[in-house]
Amino acid sequence: MQLFDIIGPVMVGPSSSHTAGAVKIGYVAHKLLAEPLLRAEILLHGSFGATGKGHGTDRALVAGLMGMKPDDAKIPDSLSLANEKGIEIEFGSISLKEAHPNSVLLKLEGKGRRLEIVGESLGGSIINIASIDGLSANFSGDYPTLIVHNMDQPGHVAEVTSMLSHKSVNIASMQLYREHRGGNAVMVLECDQEIPEQAIQWLKNLEGVEKVTYYSLK
Amino acid sequence: MSYKVLAEIIQEAERERKSFWEIILDEDCRESGLSREESLQKMSAMYTAMKEADSNYDASARSASGMAGGDGKILEDFRKKKNCLIGDFLTKVMEKAVKMGESNACMKRIVAAPTAGSCGVIPAVLITYEEERKISQNKIVEALYIAGGIGEVLAESAEISGAKGGCQAEIGSASAMAAGAITYLEGGDNETIAHAAALALKNMLGLTCDPVGGLVEVPCIKRNVSGAVNAIIASQMAIAGIRSKIPPDEVIDSMRRIGDLLPECLRETSKEGLAVTPTALNKM
Repeated sequence: MQLFDIIGPVMVGPSSSHTAGAVKIGYVAHKLLAEPLLRAEILLHGSFGATGKGHGTDRALVAGLMGMKPDDAKIPDSLSLANEKGIEIEFGSISLKEAHPNSVLLKLEGKGRRLEIVGESLGGSIINIASIDGLSANFSGDYPTLIVHNMDQPGHVAEVTSMLSHKSVNIASMQLYREHRGGNAVMVLECDQEIPEQAIQWLKNLEGVEKVTYYSLK
Repeated sequence: MSYKVLAEIIQEAERERKSFWEIILDEDCRESGLSREESLQKMSAMYTAMKEADSNYDASARSASGMAGGDGKILEDFRKKKNCLIGDFLTKVMEKAVKMGESNACMKRIVAAPTAGSCGVIPAVLITYEEERKISQNKIVEALYIAGGIGEVLAESAEISGAKGGCQAEIGSASAMAAGAITYLEGGDNETIAHAAALALKNMLGLTCDPVGGLVEVPCIKRNVSGAVNAIIASQMAIAGIRSKIPPDEVIDSMRRIGDLLPECLRETSKEGLAVTPTALNKM
């Protein structure tokens, strides 16, 4: 653990996992949607549902979805702020398969885009984005992260990694998943540097690449 | 790499002829890539956030469960009547610890140190010290590095979460960290700092985490008070010259082993202890 994980973070209480972690999950989802949120269905699993209310998990998730960070003093007011902005929020509960006890399924609708995310709060205020649009992901939101949905065919990993190499972006971790051979696949790369916008655009135009999502720390 | 034992920090300090807090500052710069000034600035911001949280205490705020809020004001009024048995300094420490714990439960902004549940211990001790002793904020920031260094060792070699190690790992850790910090402010050398931390931690060993309704309220808020006051008595014993008969790093190791042995029902699951009393079940 680093020093400022011990003395810090500055956060809105009461719980680092059920409040600060929940804000962070919402915030990462907000960045991934990358457009104004119109509607959110928030399905709570396990302990998030059971003790979430007393910890303000509901308000924390909505605050994150509106772009607030864990130290934002407006977190307790997020539900009424969302209401004022006309964002439709619906809560429910769900039993997810093989999920961490503190998990949430977020079904988001923006202007032109839909996004489904499973986020897990692991303790401290450390989180894991477990899946995006039904495909495994597993990243922490602590690094600039590139998520590429592509067809499972030879060459796509090489295209992505050589592009990063050209841009002098170092890869901190990389994961590959696929539904089945030759079907939908996803790669998740956590990077030490930010990836330039034009490189993301270039990736989007590649044949066999279906969707590119980029989570920037900026 | 964080230090795994306090003895290593003390040895390093002797070898480098630096103080305990500077060894931790150096380590943070190595690990995080921050410059000395940036790290100091960040720590200073943490202390400022603690002071803001203290002064923003809202006596009328209540937690969502209705169980938490208002006790900080009761202690403040009590202190101002000037008839406290234990003197102004300690009463103020108690008051600030309750206030911070209540602010956390009421969704106010606090500084986790080391956790949100134990966020009252370190600020209660340090802010009171600054107010009562009129020392510079720089000195307090240095003391926070000492608290942080002790916390890193506790996180590396034991636990700092209630779910893993029980309350001893949260309030106990915060108390040991605060004891080290205040011992530095009182002029204790590195050895005395480590022993103050050990004396504080020993008093907290075995403390379980059995919160009512799974919420960071009962008994967590008032545990912050005992953690803060315990830090001061441990530090005073160390400053007076008392040493922990069990060396500090062995005490830390004991906390880890005790935490491992605690049954799951007493580690933040609310399946036993205070959490299943008739009154607790009735409230939830």
